Amino acid sequence: MLAKAMRDLRVGILSVHVWPTLAWQEIRQRYRRSVLGPFWLTISIGVLIAGMGPLYSRLFGQDTSSYFPHLAVSFIVWMLLASLITEGCTSFMVAEGLIKEGRMPLTVHVLRVIWKNLIIFAHHALILVILFLFYPPPLSWALLLVPLAILAIAVNALWVGLFLGMLCARFRDIPLIIQSIVQVMFFLTPVLWTPGALGRHAWAAQWNPLNHLLEIVRGPLLDGRVAATSWAAVIGMALVGFAFVLPVFARFRARVAYWV
Amino acid sequence: MAHISVQDVSVDFPIYGAQSRSFKKALFRAATGGMIARDHDRIVVRALDGVSFELRDGDRIGLVGHNGSGKSTLLRVLSGAYEPVRGTVNVEGRIASMLNISLGMDNEATGYENIFLRGIVMGFRPREIEPLVDEIVAFSELGDYIYMPMRTYSSGMAMRLAFAVSTCVSAEILLMDEWLSVGDAEFSEKAKDRLNNVVGQAKILVLASHDESLIEANCNKIMRLSHGELTSTEVIGS
Repeated sequence: MLAKAMRDLRVGILSVHVWPTLAWQEIRQRYRRSVLGPFWLTISIGVLIAGMGPLYSRLFGQDTSSYFPHLAVSFIVWMLLASLITEGCTSFMVAEGLIKEGRMPLTVHVLRVIWKNLIIFAHHALILVILFLFYPPPLSWALLLVPLAILAIAVNALWVGLFLGMLCARFRDIPLIIQSIVQVMFFLTPVLWTPGALGRHAWAAQWNPLNHLLEIVRGPLLDGRVAATSWAAVIGMALVGFAFVLPVFARFRARVAYWV
Repeated sequence: MAHISVQDVSVDFPIYGAQSRSFKKALFRAATGGMIARDHDRIVVRALDGVSFELRDGDRIGLVGHNGSGKSTLLRVLSGAYEPVRGTVNVEGRIASMLNISLGMDNEATGYENIFLRGIVMGFRPREIEPLVDEIVAFSELGDYIYMPMRTYSSGMAMRLAFAVSTCVSAEILLMDEWLSVGDAEFSEKAKDRLNNVVGQAKILVLASHDESLIEANCNKIMRLSHGELTSTEVIGS
């Protein structure tokens, strides 16, 4: 059964003509006949960040020139993480027709969700480009790690999506629970506030996996840091995550068609 | 060479959210449908029960049985969607499933885009679909409509396109749930020829239908399903 699960993963990942097409189609379907498409969301996030930046930097008594980039990068990466988690829950449910029809690997449906959200993230990245015109990021070799950090997020999203996709297909209450948890985590994770503000309670951020996923992108962009601890945490998460999900996937992969 | 081997296959559908208390008896047979059974306090519908058979090149199977006897489930087991809870299924050969010929198509996309969307769902790569596009457009008689979003099509036009793409290549194993008929009188004649051609080229055909004459015309064996069990296999003159 593990062999079949590995085959599903391998064939799924190699189906590079399938999941990008499905992802693009989903985006086009949602934004067809709208002039700006996903940029509408980008604009609303941009306005939100532009409004919140000056306000919250005063509320938290922080320097706008350091708080503003922190908020923008954190918020946009958070949007990516949050939608990867919540849409990962429904990755199999929304593909019911395809799953009940034939042999498409289940991995394809998770990759579709990941690719779609990376495309949307790329739209939002325009905000960062504009922001960096005003607050240029420190030039360092660490900047080269940013694309790798996005890849690391995607790799983690794959095991999370496989696991949550199966769990939510079986237990329909889970997506609602996950949604609430993600909403709460938004406030508990250093997005609006900086990890440094915790002082001696910094452990609260150190034990938050979402913080490390933010940090590997934020580190190089904000202060040219590699964020080595966070990288170790993120790589560890991926290893532990796949070690945990693979047996679960092997056991329940075939059941998904009966659950959706 | 195409080959299908099905050994002692059982398929149970777990029914979640059904009131298990309302089924007082552990086992209960209804007039239609599969067996409804209880299995560790959860309700399952046994759609297939210990089905075994072998199919080889040249086999043209007519699947018959009343509603809920397991015909569609068996087709979906063969297509690989449902992996059985018990037993083994071995399929050698390229499968074309005609269970839902418009699966993967999107109303907002143009007809042209939909050729590729449908093709990908059927398991083709874009460069394999490319050379077939002209023929598909010509066959579906959509003309310049092919560049319009599919939502502007009449239901007949959308069906023609789905049919043209789904039948554009032959496969070794063809799975069909009822015969496909599309379009007005003239087109349906053309579609019939095309479908007969695809069916003729397939090495194995499995056709589920309630239409006896259709099965007599296209099949050389009848497999009868009842309550998820294979009750008889008979060879018919063809």
